[in-house]
Amino acid sequence: MRPSTFFYIMKQGFKNIKRNWMFSLASIITMAACIFLVGIFYSIVTNVDHIAHSVESEVPITVFFQEGTTSEQMQEVGTQIAALPQVDHIEFESAEEAWEKFKEQYFQGSDAAEGFKDDNPLVNSSNYRVYLNEIEMQTEVANYIQGLNSVREVNQSEEAAHTLGSLNKLVSYVSIAVIAMLLVISIFLISNTISVGISVRKEEIAIMKYIGATDRFVRSPFVLEGIILGIIGAAIPLTGLYFAYSSAVQFILEKFNVLTGVVAFIDVKEIFQVVLPIGLALGIGIGFLGSFWSTRKHLKV
Amino acid sequence: MIDLVNVSKSYGKGLPALNRANIHIDKGEFVFIVGSSGSGKSTLIKLLLKELDATSGEITVAGERLEGMKHRRVAKFRRKLGVVFQDFRLLRDRNVYENVAFAQRVIGRPSRVIRKRVPDVLQEVGLASKYKSLPDELSGGEQQRVALARAMVNRPDILLADEPTGNLDPKTSIEIMNLLDEINQRGTTVLVVTHNKEIVNAMKKRVITMHEGSIISDEREGAYL
Repeated sequence: MRPSTFFYIMKQGFKNIKRNWMFSLASIITMAACIFLVGIFYSIVTNVDHIAHSVESEVPITVFFQEGTTSEQMQEVGTQIAALPQVDHIEFESAEEAWEKFKEQYFQGSDAAEGFKDDNPLVNSSNYRVYLNEIEMQTEVANYIQGLNSVREVNQSEEAAHTLGSLNKLVSYVSIAVIAMLLVISIFLISNTISVGISVRKEEIAIMKYIGATDRFVRSPFVLEGIILGIIGAAIPLTGLYFAYSSAVQFILEKFNVLTGVVAFIDVKEIFQVVLPIGLALGIGIGFLGSFWSTRKHLKV
Repeated sequence: MIDLVNVSKSYGKGLPALNRANIHIDKGEFVFIVGSSGSGKSTLIKLLLKELDATSGEITVAGERLEGMKHRRVAKFRRKLGVVFQDFRLLRDRNVYENVAFAQRVIGRPSRVIRKRVPDVLQEVGLASKYKSLPDELSGGEQQRVALARAMVNRPDILLADEPTGNLDPKTSIEIMNLLDEINQRGTTVLVVTHNKEIVNAMKKRVITMHEGSIISDEREGAYL
């Protein structure tokens, strides 16, 4: 391609946008809305997932041992549990530690507990707390541990596991469905808007074709137009989302200050490591595909 | 330069728009194609431009066989043809110079060639002084001159004119026909589809008469009866 041809195509692409500024604006708004929503849903999904995971790691399975189990035996069970792929990490609590903790929690330093002295009432309370990677695995892992030697009792919070797990799944599925629908709608709308713009210039395309313009020459300004619209249509919502996200997190933490310390939102920079490239790729991709498809039928002259 | 052998074209059912047409036109000829509407003239032009494909028969234009020509070859093929239409088909938002230069841009001519060639061809059609005007500021005859300049700027082997004087008054029509004649004198093969009896009869050129898709006469120095 000659430089003069290249500049001609560039100039035409920008001219097209200006000439059909109403269609251009409509395309940009449509695309911006879709990418903005994709960004919002992505932020919600990753945050819910993140929060669910952090809560999951705080809902352990507790494993107690039979009377007279030696610490070596306990250690052996611990090694077996830790070796499971579903297990994130385990913590051991000896009977003495359990008693200390109990005293602190229920007697709060009063002398009432002193009556027990060296006679630890929780003598059989040495336990492992097992933290899992995914809370959905809880019952499975609990059943397995129950079958191990010397294990007396396994406590799990089945309800918490169940609720959190299904909430997590629900949010993911709904978001994926909504995002997929939005993408289809936005490709359809963009292709529609560009094809309206093109049919306005059907005449011009027909003239070009009679003169002997190649398909690529005819198409290039339109494709360029689509890509430019895509970049603008992505830049606006991404910028908006960047600021909206931080304010939203701040707002939620202020309004519901009980949540502070309980839930941790993902940092906006981390979100944008994914949202920025995806948003730009969507904008450029939608712009390219939309203009490519809509020029197709007009080239058959 | 143009060869049609037993060419037919039908659109669906009914009578074919073109029925076993045989035409041979040599390089440098000036030919009128005449006939009432529905006689198959427009179909013929569309076939020559490879806008339509013939149902049967063989078409050769400027040394290229049109049957089975690949879509991507068509653009290159059309560069050998210049076309003008009844409704001029100029780009309304661009001035005279840009309309003509457009034809050179489309085929990727470098800017320095365009700057030299466009004024030359505008001179040839007598519009050198109006190169900055927009199409709407020009008379019908002037607009057709711009269209002719655009058709000729790439020095085509063949000029196809589809009712070039259909929207023009008699005096302007004669001027345009004279211009076509001049273009023909410089060596371009010219094919003119028209309704204009007076002009055809005055110019004493070869006349091919069509009726209901068939060629009913083909005469040197013919007349439109």
